[in-house]
This record gives sequence, structure tokens and C-alpha cells, in this order.
Amino acid sequence: MTTLDTDVLVVGGGPAATWAALRAAQRGADVVLADKGYCGTSGATASAGTGVWYVPPDPEAREAAMAAREGLGGYLADRRWMGRVLDQTYAQMNELAEVARYPFPTGPDGAPLRTGLQGPEYMRRMRVLVRRAGVRVLDHSPVRELLVDRDGAVAGAVGHRRQEGADYRVRSGAVVLATGGCAFLSKALGCDVNTGDGALFAAEVGAELSGMEFSNAYGIAPEHTSVTKTAFYSYATFSRADGEVLEGAGSARGRSVIARTLLSEKVFCVLDRADEPTRRAMRLAQPNFFLTFDRLGIDPFTQRFAVTLLAEGTVRGTGGIRITGDDCATTVVGLYAAGDAATREPICGGFTGGGSHNAAWAMSSGAWAGAGAAAFALAEGRHRDRPVRAAGGAGLRPTGFGAAPSAAEAIRLVQREVLPYDINYLRHGDRLRAALSELDGVWTALREHAFADGSGAGRLRSAAAMTAHARWMYHSALTRTESRGMAKRLDFPEQDPTQHHRVLSGGLDRVRTWTEAVA
Amino acid sequence: MIELLDPERCVSCDKCVKVCPTDVFDLGADGVPVIARQSDCQTCFQCEANCPTDALYVAPHTTPLPPGSPEHDVAHLVETGLLGSYRAHLGWGRGRTPGAALAVGPSLTPSGPRLIS
Ligand SMILES: Cc1cc2nc3c(=O)[nH]c(=O)nc-3n(C[C@H](O)[C@H](O)[C@H](O)COP(=O)(O)OP(=O)(O)OC[C@H]3O[C@@H](n4cnc5c(N)ncnc54)[C@H](O)[C@@H]3O)c2cc1C
Ligand code: SF4
Ligand code: SF4
Repeated sequence: MTTLDTDVLVVGGGPAATWAALRAAQRGADVVLADKGYCGTSGATASAGTGVWYVPPDPEAREAAMAAREGLGGYLADRRWMGRVLDQTYAQMNELAEVARYPFPTGPDGAPLRTGLQGPEYMRRMRVLVRRAGVRVLDHSPVRELLVDRDGAVAGAVGHRRQEGADYRVRSGAVVLATGGCAFLSKALGCDVNTGDGALFAAEVGAELSGMEFSNAYGIAPEHTSVTKTAFYSYATFSRADGEVLEGAGSARGRSVIARTLLSEKVFCVLDRADEPTRRAMRLAQPNFFLTFDRLGIDPFTQRFAVTLLAEGTVRGTGGIRITGDDCATTVVGLYAAGDAATREPICGGFTGGGSHNAAWAMSSGAWAGAGAAAFALAEGRHRDRPVRAAGGAGLRPTGFGAAPSAAEAIRLVQREVLPYDINYLRHGDRLRAALSELDGVWTALREHAFADGSGAGRLRSAAAMTAHARWMYHSALTRTESRGMAKRLDFPEQDPTQHHRVLSGGLDRVRTWTEAVA
Repeated sequence: MIELLDPERCVSCDKCVKVCPTDVFDLGADGVPVIARQSDCQTCFQCEANCPTDALYVAPHTTPLPPGSPEHDVAHLVETGLLGSYRAHLGWGRGRTPGAALAVGPSLTPSGPRLIS
């Protein structure tokens, strides 16, 4: 097996990972970035593009930006973090314009517009920046487990170079997990690489999670297609097959009406509330949104089309690995987390909905995690020759003998408990408990019996990560016996002032949850 | 899903093999890549956007099209203007203006910022 030595290993290849790698390299660290796919096209941002929480440093505008979502997020965000992210994002977006020469458009008044990034353009430029900074980029090299030293500090990772058909190992002084969220292979745009792998790796070395109840994001897409860009559904009228308008249905607050209706019948949509100039502008802003319609031969402004909701789990949810410091450190020495792999509660509490915060978080937390990991690794110094052991469990080191589900079977079983709207979206304790008992069974079978190596290990590990993710989600959802942020419960429809806290979770064979006061 | 790789247009640059996030293509013995794992395709359009000769076509459906669909026919895709249309919208390719530079969308609320992505 090839072994690489480095100061910082960044796992992932999206915005969080590339900013982490860039900042670590700028701090003087030697950096390896390992991506499951291809750094530059892989992940949610590269294919979807994002609105960005870009707010000029004007006190009134900043105050309004911070206040806007506090209620929606269930008052679980933290103003100090919001302020830091707004500062950081503002600076990084300007850096993209000046250093990466991202071609931001100019508004009618001649001022540059910097409130969003087209995915393919943004991420191809991030790849260039990262490589220019001397980062060694390993594409098509999914990481499958972490390495730890004798004290339990994280010391690198093991993965597989799938286009070369060979395993590899990286020994490092610190690791940044920037593997994105988990969308359960729902085929939501760009998200099939996001199977929650980082959270599994983190939990295996003892890290904790936070906000996993905020994990039931669903994106709207035309039926049987992938493009879950949702902003333009604010121009939509939703209706039933017979043309009757679906009362209360909408792209923001009315999405649950769509979900409820989809349980028994089709839902149709037409973007008839956009006038002609708006329609033209929409095409310029989001070419990927129109790909689907143009290729289906549908004029979305005049013709009704059937829609579906695709699970985006923690990609547009807010739960993830718990961070414990301004540098996005975790509770485990040498381990940092960024982007969707980390919890976004510090800036948006229990809700992100229509964009901007996630992208701001990905770039800010990535930059902090990269700098933090570099500082730690360079100060530590002695990492290169310490004895290490591999920390992976499920799918790699079975604890017994017996029949194990294949990766494909396990994935199907998990999807059956996580994708349906009447389990994960319209949540009720009875159904969550029933789903959890199925998921516990899947986990036990994977943990005790499943094994794959080489090229097969990645998929099995993704199946295990999805299973673990689902169990943290439902345990956390059951712990929160109220409705707050996106974690709504049909059996507890009210917000309960005594539950104004974060729900933390952790553990694999035995999942536990506990609570933490909000700062 | 990826539905078409036109060997006539392909210049064997292997870019699709490299950029596909879910590793759908294999290198081809004759230099033309093969769609080896269509079922892994996540319908993200990245291969198409990165193909310098518009030799690839990604249909919007997340399940394979039946054999004989018009989308498997290059002439049809050229006629309808679909082949290479994503790359054109992104403004990628020689002599084109990046789509990002022109991306001035509507504001979703009266006082809100214009959408640019
Ligand atoms: C359709 C859509 C629209 C969105 N719109 C907006 C918006 O308007 N505004 C906004 O703020 N947010 C939006 N989001 C959310 C935003 O895209 C994400 O928050 C953002 O991409 C997170 O960045 P990331 O780097 O953490 O993860 P990603 O961009 O998802 O990247 C994750 C990376 O990790 C890699 N990876 C995964 N597992 C492994 C492994 N085992 N080993 C190595 N690498 C691995 C993947 O290949 C990928 O490169 C949207 C999301 C979607 C799906
Ligand atoms: S990217 Fe296009 S030209 Fe290059 S190998 Fe693939 S199909 Fe051929
Ligand atoms: S559409 Fe995306 S996933 Fe499918 S083959 Fe092309 S690059 Fe790969």
C-alpha cells in the first residue's frame, strides 16, 4: 500500500475541503486533499451552485441579516458565530473576485453582484487555487477510515484509489473532515457522493454530533429528474391532477403540504407567476434549473409538470459533527470538521431552507478548519513516526460470522426508512420508533458480519455511514419532543420553551443523545 | 442519466473519465471512453459540461431511457439544439463569455438581492 506523509489531510473536495486545503497550505503546511470523486465537479456545490450569505459590513444590514432567520431556526443560532461567518464570507467572496477572478456579474447600477456562485465555475476555480498552492490532490480516492495514534489522536486515513485499483494510506498530523452531508443516494443534484462518510469516521474515533434532528430537508424537482434547485418555485402554482389549486402549497413554508399530498396523488406545478422579464432573468441566473425542462420539452411557465421531493438529509439540513472551538476542532485531538459534515447550528440553528447560510458556512468553516489543522500539525511536529492503528469498524472489521447484507441491500433497507415523506418529513414518534428498530437491525448486521476490502469497501462503508446517520437522526428527533426549526413532530406540534437547547448525539453500536445549553 | 457518447465527436481526451464524480466511465481500449456504470450516474451534467467536443448527452431522467429513444440519436440532439447546450449556457469553450458574468437574475422579494446562481 502506498503511504503518503503530510502535515494536514483534507478529506473531501467541495468548497469546505478546498478552502481548508488552501488555508492550510498558506499557513505553511504540507497538504494532501483526497476526494471520493473529482475535486472541482464533486459534491453539492459543484453541480448545484449556491446563493451566498454575502452582506456588506454595514451594521444595519448585518443586524437585519442576523435577525432574519433566528425565529425560523428555533433560536438555536449564536450571534457571535453569525458575526464571524459574515465577516469571513465577505472577505472570501471578495478574494474569489480578486484572486480567483471569479466572473461576478454586474447589476443594472454598475455595482458587482456577489451574492451567489455558479457551481461549475466556482469549483473549477477552487481546484486551480488549491493546486497552485501546492496541495497534492487525490481524485477518485474515497477515504474509508481514519488512523489514530496510541493516545487516540487522529493521525491520518486509509482509502482506495479507484481508478488505479489500489489502496493508499496517508499519515498526517491532523485531519479535516469535509465530506459533505448525507442525502441518502436520493439522486438530488450532485449529492450521490454525499453519504455521510465523515460523520461515521468521526464517530468511530469518539467524536460527537449535534443537531441531527435537523436532517429532513427535501428539495423540489420535476418528477423522475435530479435538479433540486428550489428558489424559482416561489413563482409556482401547485395543483392536483384535475387542475384544482393545492391550497397552502408553496416552495417555502408550504412544502409539507406538497409532501402530504404526494403520499396519495401526484402534484403538478407551473411557474405562472413570473412575468416575461423575470423569466428571461431566471434563465441567466440558473442555467442548470432549465436543463431539465428544455430536455423534457416542457415550458415550465405555461405547461404543468409533475413534481417530486428528493431527500437532501443533512445537505440542506443543519446537523453534523459537533465542533468545539473557533478553529472547528472537534472533541477528538487532531480532528477538524467543516462544511456540511459539521453542524451548522452556530449560524442557523435548526433551519437553513432557501440557501446562502450553507455556502457561507462551507467556506468559512473550511478556512478555519484548514488553518486550525495546520497550526496544530505544525506545532505538534512529531507525527511522522508515531505508531498508528486503523479505526474503522462496520464493513471492515466484522465482530462475528454470519450472513451480512450486501452494500446494495443495506442501502435499500436504509432508504426505505429514510426517504418516505411519512417517516422522515412528516415525523411522528410511533413511525420514527418503528423505523429505528429496522435501522438498528441493519446496523447490527453490517457491524457484526459485513466485510469488503479494496474497491468494494467504499460502497459498504457508505452504506454503514448512511445507516449510522439515520440512527442519529431518529434518536435525536425522538429526543426533541417538540417542534423547532425543521424538526417538526406531528405528535408534538408546539415549540416547548423548556427545550431551547441543542441535542447532541454519538455512539454507533449504542446510540445516545444528550442536551447542551445554547450559549 | 448519461445516455450518449458519440465516438465520432470524441477526441479521446479522457476528461469525462476524470471529472465524473461517481466514476461512471472507463477508459476505452480504442481510446473512446465507455459508459461502464450507467446506474451510478447521478444526473449532474458535469461530464457534458466538461467535454470539449460536445460528444456527451445527459438526459434529465434519473432512470435509463428505453433503447431507441430519440435522445440516443446525435442528429436529433443537434437539430433540437440540446447537444452541448449546457456548456454553451455555462459559457465554457473558446470565444464564449462565462455564463456567471451574465447571471443577473430576478430578486425574489421586492427589496432582496438579485439571484445570480
Ligand atoms: C440543489 C442544491 C442547491 C443548494 N443551494 C444552496 C444555496 O443556494 N445556498 C446555500 O448556502 N447552500 C445551498 N445548498 C447547500 C450547499 O450546496 C452545501 O451546503 C455545500 O455544498 C456544502 O459544501 P461541502 O464542501 O461541505 O460539501 P459538498 O459540496 O457536498 O462536497 C463534499 C465533498 O466530499 C467528498 N466526499 C464525500 N465522501 C468522501 C469520502 N469518503 N472520501 C473523500 N471524499 C469524500 C465528495 O466527493 C465531495 O467532493 C444547496 C444544495 C443542493 C443540493
Ligand atoms: S470528454 Fe468528450 S472528447 Fe473527451 S474523452 Fe470524454 S467524450 Fe471524448
Ligand atoms: S451526469 Fe454526472 S454522474 Fe452522470 S456520467 Fe455525467 S458526470 Fe457522471
